[in-house]
Amino acid sequence: MSWGLAIWAATVAFGAAILAVTRPSAVHALLLLLAALISLGVGFFAMAANFAGAIQLLIYAGAVVAVFVFVVMTIDAGDEAMAAERELLRHAWRWPALIVGLSVVPVIFGIGGGAMGEGDPAPALASDLGLLMFGDWSAATELITLLLIAGMLGVRHLGRKLGPRLRERNPE
Amino acid sequence: MTALNILLVLSAGLFLAGLFGVAARRTLLMQLISLEVMLAGPALGFIAAGAHHGSIEGSAMFILVLGLAAAEVALGLAIYLHMRRATGGDSDAATRLRG
Repeated sequence: MSWGLAIWAATVAFGAAILAVTRPSAVHALLLLLAALISLGVGFFAMAANFAGAIQLLIYAGAVVAVFVFVVMTIDAGDEAMAAERELLRHAWRWPALIVGLSVVPVIFGIGGGAMGEGDPAPALASDLGLLMFGDWSAATELITLLLIAGMLGVRHLGRKLGPRLRERNPE
Repeated sequence: MTALNILLVLSAGLFLAGLFGVAARRTLLMQLISLEVMLAGPALGFIAAGAHHGSIEGSAMFILVLGLAAAEVALGLAIYLHMRRATGGDSDAATRLRG
């Protein structure tokens, strides 16, 4: 696997991401996000990070997008809603575009720096990854697990059905 | 210009595309999709740097980013579903937070 394939895949992901954030329809945006995530996964495989590529396809492009699909099913995607979304986007893009444009400047100046030797991408073995994450980096692994548990409890709390007493206190 | 430079520029581009989406869109669902794009940018940067330097830490950081993204999506979508009943999913309408 090579750097060229990784660059090509990342370019496809970049293009799909730009299209995704500018579509008025949430379904189209979600499909383009899926395209971006899958092409990033291809890029990871090309950079010999096989475990990261597999995780990218399984969890990012699989589980996360599936959760989005469940929510997209509940939204209104009629012609009226699309027209309102287009109207919102037509007036709102200038300031964000200016800010992002200013952030691009240091990136452009940074391209030239740091010419380093080029070889094939070094393979990242899943066994080394496990040794690192459950050895030296076990504190970070614990923290991310705690974050996931906190997220799970938060979702449970937000999604609960209100009992009669709580419903009285929080009228919809 | 090396391959790592190009990949880091593309990863910055992904991050900035997501930043533009978060700032320009007013629908909460689209802002969440843009946040996903923002998180994909650093993930690409970590993997590319790890592959260039031949170290496993890039993949490990990617796993941490992935856990963050999963927690953020679950909580963000739950909050979106909750707020949609009150404001119709428009982040401009949600100017007053109340428990």
